[in-house]
Amino acid sequence: MSTLAALARLRALRDGTAQRLATVRHVHLSERPMVLIPLRLAGEAAAPLAVMAGTDPAHPRLLVVPQPRDRDLRFAFAAELAELLLPYIESLQKDTETVERRGAEPYERCVDAPQLIVPNRGAAAFVQLLGRSTRFRRAEGPYAVHASVPLLGRWLTFLAQRGRHPGSSLMPAATEALSLHWATGQSALEDANLASLIGWIDPPPGMTGAAAARQAEDPLIWPPAGPASDPGFDAEVLAPAIRAYEETRTEHAEARVREAVRSQLEPTWRLMWRAVGLLAALPAGPGCAGRWEADRAAFTSFAAQLAEGAPPQPRRDGAVGAASRLARMERAQASYDAQRAYDDPLVMAGYRLTGEAFTGTVAHADPERTEGEGRGRKLRPLVTVRTTDPVRLAPGTRLGTPERRGQQAELVAIDGEHVTLKIVKGMGRGMAATPGAVPGVGERVCYAALLDDFQPPAALPPPEETPWTHGGPPPEYEPPSDEEPDEEWS
Amino acid sequence: MSTAKPPAQEAAQVVDAVLADLPRHRGVVVDSPPGAGKSTLVVRAAGHLAATGDPLMIVAQTNEQVDDLIVRLAEEHPGLSVGRLSAADYAVPRRVEGKAAIGTKLPDLGDPAVVVATADKWAWAGGRTWPWAIVDEAYQMRSDKLLRVAGLFERALFVGDPGQLDPFSVVDGERWAGLSWDPLQSAVAVLLRHNPDLPVHRLPVSWRLPASAAPVVSEAFYPFTGFRAGTAPGERRLAYTADGMRTAYDHALEEAARSGWALYELPSRHTVRTDAEAVQAVAVLATRLLQRAPVAFSERGERPVTADRVAVGAAHRDQVAAIQAAGLPEGVTVDTANRLQGREYDVTIILHPLSGRRDATAFHLESGRLCVLTSRHRHACVVVARAGIPELLDAHPSAETVQLNVPVKFPDGWEANQAVLAHLSKHRVEAAPLR
Repeated sequence: MSTLAALARLRALRDGTAQRLATVRHVHLSERPMVLIPLRLAGEAAAPLAVMAGTDPAHPRLLVVPQPRDRDLRFAFAAELAELLLPYIESLQKDTETVERRGAEPYERCVDAPQLIVPNRGAAAFVQLLGRSTRFRRAEGPYAVHASVPLLGRWLTFLAQRGRHPGSSLMPAATEALSLHWATGQSALEDANLASLIGWIDPPPGMTGAAAARQAEDPLIWPPAGPASDPGFDAEVLAPAIRAYEETRTEHAEARVREAVRSQLEPTWRLMWRAVGLLAALPAGPGCAGRWEADRAAFTSFAAQLAEGAPPQPRRDGAVGAASRLARMERAQASYDAQRAYDDPLVMAGYRLTGEAFTGTVAHADPERTEGEGRGRKLRPLVTVRTTDPVRLAPGTRLGTPERRGQQAELVAIDGEHVTLKIVKGMGRGMAATPGAVPGVGERVCYAALLDDFQPPAALPPPEETPWTHGGPPPEYEPPSDEEPDEEWS
Repeated sequence: MSTAKPPAQEAAQVVDAVLADLPRHRGVVVDSPPGAGKSTLVVRAAGHLAATGDPLMIVAQTNEQVDDLIVRLAEEHPGLSVGRLSAADYAVPRRVEGKAAIGTKLPDLGDPAVVVATADKWAWAGGRTWPWAIVDEAYQMRSDKLLRVAGLFERALFVGDPGQLDPFSVVDGERWAGLSWDPLQSAVAVLLRHNPDLPVHRLPVSWRLPASAAPVVSEAFYPFTGFRAGTAPGERRLAYTADGMRTAYDHALEEAARSGWALYELPSRHTVRTDAEAVQAVAVLATRLLQRAPVAFSERGERPVTADRVAVGAAHRDQVAAIQAAGLPEGVTVDTANRLQGREYDVTIILHPLSGRRDATAFHLESGRLCVLTSRHRHACVVVARAGIPELLDAHPSAETVQLNVPVKFPDGWEANQAVLAHLSKHRVEAAPLR
């Protein structure tokens, strides 16, 4: 935890109300997000009990598996979920825009993408598990399922995997999104409880956040947001209802399970839309749109892969796939960190406290300074900034600045309160700086050792040329044959 | 480890065995504890391979390591033609000038017998395969980097120190945990999981660590393989030619000179990372050390310990910057554990990674970090820490999630930390109360 976040938590505790950690919203919010709350049967790894989902706060759809241990019922439930989710996803694929690229063919990108908001990390993991259990199923042969089930599995897998991509907003978890913007007076572990987190941020009138959070811990008032349900409810309400269904298999018994589950999900459903409202009330950070564009591009390209009949996502990444995903994620993480700090002075303040960034006024500027001789002569303006921040950076460090995106400077020296910088990139071509590119004396500036500008990584070998050090080329994908429907479950 | 053989003979036998294994296997791995002559081995193997007439590529991890290797190659094999691939903005240091052909692309280099570059640079150099490669600091290389360069060579010698810092990433790599090609594992770990038959040799003697340090470091960080010091107890000695002032700082420095170790212990307290008192203590110790005009006696003879033979180490960059700002004598190196890897000094002063902390995270418990910090010295190591670290460790047993198929890693960071602290407690000097 950063010093700034620790301070915010102490203040939250003292004042009894959550403190802001961000001045703008760093998560993109779709105009028509889908809220999805999954519940799992206790004691089973991947047995869905219910899902409450929908895009309209007034009309949640509730899907229930009256006997989650029955696999036929599970996949019937998956088909129902597909009926709910796939039309939402497909409706967003229709409108596209043409994106021009420098040095490459223009391509088509969907103008919007699905956004699945789940309550917490556990729910996101369960969505991934649900994807894992459905994407390899097939519509014909033994144990056939409805054709929409494997398709649902691929989409759930895509959304869950993309949800782990730094800066992505395709499948945010509500507790994580809220914790990014507010600090509460409780531990990070307690923040994973959606009801108590919202209690801190938005307590009912006449109540402190601390009191609201305490009340939220009573599972009778605020049932857990899933995927695990309250053990008391399981034992006293759910188990008898499922047993009754098991014995009679009547519509009446099914309705009993359904109503029991509804009572557990409806409070969370209302909380989820309150979370959406809280986030929507924050102004969007400038970097959100760019990151959402990347999400839309990922969505478009996955839809295209599906249309071309690509096989389901592999259970594990191959050697080359893993390395390339890691490179993409590292790049996205660095870029996300830099954009958040550039977009938000409060996030930048955290870096200023650790000495990785500083803010001050320009005390001296030499915009026409050059380095080198003859043809190698280059424009290298010098700027001296007076700052009272505790700068802890080594000479030679590359710095970026929120005021002039794309510009890069190099730290030359620190002398007491004076920091001297050399601008090395983004000040204009030739021997004269673009007017305004070099900050003038008296201007307030901020520089940080955070860059949102990356060299593309070196190419990886194609998978079929995986070298001997990494086990050689992987075997080609073969769909499981009908004779051996047994799957390897390791 | 007891053996009747003199250390030099024992080490030479291992090197001969490595060279003999080279033509017989597709890959050979050499584990080298701190200061065990890894660079000497790399340079010797380079000469040996180049003598066969086959071109050789050498992969190092940082530009500094590449430069060091070129200097060593030029010293040991003056007749060997060496090329250096580098980035466009690489500034040629003086020590490398004239010792290698330098270029950004392979054709620019002519056709040297040996080409040296960083792994990042090699990843861009396609279009040719090499019969031989030497991969230096292979335990610090992430396996995804090896994946980018492994297509360039047919056979390779992998050399590195398994006790140092593991490669890391800013993103969560849980999804690959347990895969044999986990990109976050070290190059050697992945290589050996796919090729378990490759021979693994171990250099048995540390020439850097004194007899006072080798058993401590060996036991804590290399519990199963072990190594010994190249010098006998008493063969190395540190003495001060200027008198001290009987302060706690002087006591700590005298203890370090006498026994090779000192723990300068500040009162227990939870602090921010850049603990002002600890930072101050580190800076004063470094200054006082040089004021006392130390002289080192060793197998290399009698030498004054000058500022360039002293290093200060810490876990975090902001700590390094804070120590720098606190005022160190000119010429003293101060850096993070990551950057001190592979370097050697007479005396080191380190800020303990767990000093003043409330919690012991995986980062701070990583055995490699403490191993690097406590194994850079030829004579003595002074550790600055707040009291209460053993209690902190007891309150934070390692509780990492157990992942399937992940090989158990030794040493355990928690245990290694306890082992080092247990030894340091015998050399404890209480800090003077602050005024």
